[in-house]
This record gives sequence, C-alpha cells and structure tokens, in this order.
Amino acid sequence: MMHIKQEAEERHVLTVTVDNEAGILAKIAGLFTARGYNIDSLTVADITENHAVSRITIVTHGPPSQIDQIHAQLERLVPVHKVVDLTEVGPYVQRELALIKVAGVGERRVEALRVADVFRAKTVDTTTSSFIFELTGAPDKIDTFVAIMRELGLVEVGRTGVVGMIRGAEEA
Amino acid sequence: MSEERSGANILVESLVKQGVEFVFGYPGGAVLPIYDALFGDERIRHILVRHEAGAAHAAEGYARSTGKPGVVLVTSGPGATNAVTGIADAFMDSIPLVVITGQVPTALIGSDAFQEADTVGISRHCTKHNYLVKDPADLAGIIDEAFQIATTGRPGPVLIDIPKDVQIATAIWNDGPAQRRQRYAPRTQGASAEIEQAVALIAAAKTPILYTGGGVINSGPRATQLLRELQAKTGAPVTSTLMGLGAFPADSADWLGMLGMHGTYEANMAMNQADLIVCVGARFDDRVTGRLDAFAPNSKKIHIDIDRSSINKTVPVDLPIVGDCAQVLEQILDLWGTRKGRDLTEWKARIDGWREKKSLSFPANANAIMPQLAIQRLFALTKDQDPIISTEVGQHQMWAAQHFHFFGPNKWLTSGGLGTMGYGLPAAIGAQCGNPDSLVIDIAGDASIQMNIQEMGTATQYRLPVKVFILNNEWMGMVRQWQELTYESRYSNSYSDSLPDFVKLAEAYGWKGIRIENESELDAGIQAMIDHPGPVIVDCLVAKESNCFPMIPSGAAHTEMILYGDAVAGTMDDEAKALV
Repeated sequence: MMHIKQEAEERHVLTVTVDNEAGILAKIAGLFTARGYNIDSLTVADITENHAVSRITIVTHGPPSQIDQIHAQLERLVPVHKVVDLTEVGPYVQRELALIKVAGVGERRVEALRVADVFRAKTVDTTTSSFIFELTGAPDKIDTFVAIMRELGLVEVGRTGVVGMIRGAEEA
Repeated sequence: MSEERSGANILVESLVKQGVEFVFGYPGGAVLPIYDALFGDERIRHILVRHEAGAAHAAEGYARSTGKPGVVLVTSGPGATNAVTGIADAFMDSIPLVVITGQVPTALIGSDAFQEADTVGISRHCTKHNYLVKDPADLAGIIDEAFQIATTGRPGPVLIDIPKDVQIATAIWNDGPAQRRQRYAPRTQGASAEIEQAVALIAAAKTPILYTGGGVINSGPRATQLLRELQAKTGAPVTSTLMGLGAFPADSADWLGMLGMHGTYEANMAMNQADLIVCVGARFDDRVTGRLDAFAPNSKKIHIDIDRSSINKTVPVDLPIVGDCAQVLEQILDLWGTRKGRDLTEWKARIDGWREKKSLSFPANANAIMPQLAIQRLFALTKDQDPIISTEVGQHQMWAAQHFHFFGPNKWLTSGGLGTMGYGLPAAIGAQCGNPDSLVIDIAGDASIQMNIQEMGTATQYRLPVKVFILNNEWMGMVRQWQELTYESRYSNSYSDSLPDFVKLAEAYGWKGIRIENESELDAGIQAMIDHPGPVIVDCLVAKESNCFPMIPSGAAHTEMILYGDAVAGTMDDEAKALV
C-alpha cells in the first residue's frame, strides 16, 4: 500500500516585475502548473508610463524549499526583471478589493448595512432588495466580511486578489 | 548600408551574421519564403532531414560536438510539433539551439488554419525563451537576442515563430550590429566570500570528491582544463554524471568512473563517504542520488552552477556558488595559489578497496557476445582516432558510458535528462556535419535505432560517413531489465518483435551493412566498419538477456548497488515502483 505524503506549507506573497510582452502571463501561470506549484491569487497590471513593464503579485503556498524554487524558477525567465518575496524581506502591506452582492429585506437587510459600516465598506449599488458593497483590505478582513454576509443573503463575490508592497521608504 | 528587405531575407542575413554554417530543417508551406531566401545561398548549408525530430537532434549533436549553437528550421503545425521532442531534449540537457518555426499568416492565427498549431504555447515550457514575431522590423533584434540567450548563462533552446506574412513583408535591414535592448545578463562570477569559503572547505577536507556534470562541458574547453588543474592541485578523486563524461580523462588514476544508478561501486561509495562534495556543473539528478535521505549523509556540499534554480532543488547544499564553471574554477584556483593539498593517502586507499569490487566486470559467455565486451572492443579499436560517440537510450547507452572511455570534452553525445530514444543517429549526423574528419559512431540498441531510422537517408544524401553500432539483443533491454527486477519477469511488450534485417536495410539506403554473430568476428567486423569510407550499420548480435550492472534499484540508497552475481528479488514494493 502506498499513500501520497503531505509536507508542511507556508503562504508567501511574491511580486514579480516583468517585461510587458505577449505571453508573459501564460509563461508565469504555466510555470506554476508545469512544476506543480500553487497559485492562490495572481494580479497583474502595467506600471510604467510607456507600458513596457508590468508588476505581478502572486500569492502562493508550499513547503519552504518549494517557495525557494518558485523564486529561482521565476528569476530564470528571460522577461522577468526582479522577484521579491515580500514574506521573506520584511513587513509589507497587502490589500485587495472585493465587490460583494447581498440580497435581502427587513432585518437582514438592515444588519447587512450595519456590518458593512463596521467594516468601512462602501455601498456602490443599491436596489430595494440588494446591495453591492466595495471593500478594500487585507485578505483576512475580506474573508471575515464574506463569512458574515453568507448568513445575511450573500449572492456573489468578486475579488481582485492581493497586491503587496514592502513598508518604508525603499523600493524592494 | 541599409535597405528594405523581406523578413525571410533578414532572417538569412542575421543567421549569416551569427556565423551559422548549418541549418537542419525540413520545408513546408509556412516556411516557403525562408526556403526561397536560402535557395542558392552558399553561405549557409541546409541539411534536409527526413523528420523534424531528426532536425532538432541533429542540431543538438552539432552543438554538443562543436560548442556552437545548432540551428533548426521547420514549418508550422506538424513541423513544429515533431521538433518538440528534440527541443525538450535540448532544454533538459542545456544544449544551445535556435529553432525557427514557420507560422500561419498573422491574420489567420487562432482560426484553426491549415497546419496551424500554437507553437509558442506548446514550446513555452520546453524552451529557455520563445518569440512570436509580428513585424519584420523586430526580426534582426530578436534573432540577435535569441543567439545570446541560447548560448550564454545555462544554454538551452530558443524558439522563434515567424508567421508567413512576416517572412514576406519588408523592413529596413542594416548591416551594422542589431539594435536591441540588453536585458539578459546571467551571473558568471562567484562572490569573493564564496570563493574564500570554498578554498577553506577544500583545503580542510579529508575525504573530498569532485562531482562534475554537463555544465563543465557547456562552459567550454577552458573549464575542462581548469577542472584538471584543480584536481591536480587538490588530489581529489573525480566522478562525473552521464552528461559530464570527457571533462576528466578516464585514464587518470583519480578517475572513479560515472556515478549514479549505473555508476561504478567506487564512485557511489566515495560520494557516500566523502566529507566534502564539490559539485561542478551537475544538478543532483535523481539518477545520481538514489534515495535522497540516504544520499551522502556526512558531507558538506559546494555547488557551482550557473543556474540558481538548480541549487537546493533536491539536495540542500552548504555553499552555493552561482556562476560559470570555468570562471568560478579559475577564481578558486587563483585563491588556492601554491597551497599544497592535504595528504589523501588514506582516502585513496579506501577508494582502492572499493575498486577491488571490480563493479563493471561481467561474466564470460561462450555462446554469445556479451554486450559489454562488444563496447570494450569497439573502444579498443577506435580510441586512437579520438572518435565522437553518440548513443540512443537504454542499456546500450549505459554500457557505452561504462565501457567506452573519454579523454576530452565534446566527444560524448547522449540524451541524459529527457532520455530520448532516437537521439543517437540524428545527433551523429549533426556531429559529422560539424566534424567532417572525425570518426562518428552511434552506439545503438535494436529498439532505439528504429525511432529515427529514417535519418539514414540524410546521411546518404550528404555523404556523411556515420557508423551505427547496434547492440542487438532483440529486446527493449532496459525495459526488460526493469520488468525482470521489479515485475517478476512479466515481459509486457518489451520484446523487439519483427525486427528488420538491419544489413539489408543498410544496403537499401546505400549504406554498408555488417553483421557480427560470434565473438570471433567481433574485431574484424569493427575494423571493417572503421575502414569503410561511407556510412555503416553494424548489427552486432549480443547475449539477449544481459543486465546492466551495477544498478541502484529504484528507491534504494546509492550504496545499495546490485552487482553481477547478486541475488535479485524480482519484485519491489509500491513505494519503490512509483519512483521514476
């Protein structure tokens, strides 16, 4: 008899600066699937005036040795300029944005609005029987908010995935 | 001088500018403009293969034997997909290739056009880098960068996919250097603190070993020279991976032979007992380490590799040095200066004890030629000509690695990482193109040779005098051996039924065919092969059920080698069976 073994895993947030060329996203996403790494979230947008460079934030989890390999494998790609493991280099800020649609009437509707206020969510759409809330924050804050809304008529959730940045004056 | 030229023309001019002598290729609809640009151009010699896999392997053989990048030219769709195995092979073994593929016209991409395949998508994870060219104005820069990427850092295949309209459309061509950004600059030198630490570790080691790999060959002949100097100064014994054979001369007293699954007893034992492993351009492959938790448990490890992702991938090391083998070896030697190595007499005596096992010995056979003996005789009769040897994949490959001996780099062409049957014949053809005066021999098996046997036609067409030496045991021998050792001899589909008459086949292609059936004919047959000025197949009938030993069975520690004469269980638990 043989069973598949599991190893202890860590969550890491990586930022990857890349040439903004055709296929780069497929290359990076494909690297993760091809080598059996995990992607929890991935965001990408170009960040320079001439649209030449994009910044990708990847949230991944895996055993420490695998995280190190992910870092090395990403750096090996020709269009990749820089990889920073925010989790390794020090305190960092992480934020994501979520849109959360909740439907309900009466007491549930009032409670949803009250909780949204507690979380400082913005109401960006309203009908007589629904809201769409916009919430920005660290992933666990959004997780918590969504968990509460589940009991208050949650219809749909959209999340951007995490963007992260190192704290302090320096560029990572 | 600058003028408007077609994309196809810019491609050809760019290849000439890169010093390309040979292009291995096969025409088709989506590369017709490039083939037209090549027509009558005497600066580049096009070698027409018989299958695109052959083109990629021939380019690999050319690259591996000359140290220059191999160039492949194939059409879209099936042309590209057929070449993928060779591209993946080059990726695993770090062979510099530039692969040009035709693509359907830009406007048809994504429409499931005739002979359309997503070549860039398919090749993404088996190339070092790839491009889809959308404008002929980008071509010169892309080709220039492709050659740089293929040949520097850890070498590898780079693919350039060129839609047919981009081959025909024009752009300004300039004779000067290609204008492009410089974005690829791999680290080649070790940090001085790392070098100091390396020298200190080597100087202090009581039982050191140099474990070398294909990176030493890829780094160029200077790395080979520096490795020998470092060995001479430190006295450390040397073992090598399959890919690194030739970097260190096999007639040195400090040569241990190849290590790993079919390596020598002394090489694996010395790795196990070493207090310091200096890994130079190798990557602790699963074929080398055996069971990881039992691999070289009491050693410190220095790992010199140009690819940071090779370091700490499977085996954690104490001192990683990211850099080019030659440059780092030179840094170490500079710092080593006139230091004397430690006295290693005791260590060498222990190694001599392991050598006593004579792990490469094999039983005599009165009724059939032992395959190991055939390789030994082939070596004895050809070594003075310093031949280039390619192989297919399987038992014959391991026997060649064990019993043929190498004294310099670029003489040994084999598919190590991917293990591609069908590599050897096209690789020999590519090597012969680049080394027209060398004796080039493909050591083959009866099964492997059939995987790209169509390339015989290529050798005939270009009058390439390659020799194919088939160890014919009528089995896929390595599969049969594993089935014997782990599946209680249930020989599922491993018998080579319906083999062709290789002698007649040779003759059908205009080659010479020689059959060797008895030991008494062995030397004469080999000599006749050498003496024939054209291509030859030798069909050497060998003992049918010989096994390749030593062998570290799947899941075993690298000290648990099976040697000839050991009792073998014929089965294995599921954990071991699940390993590669």
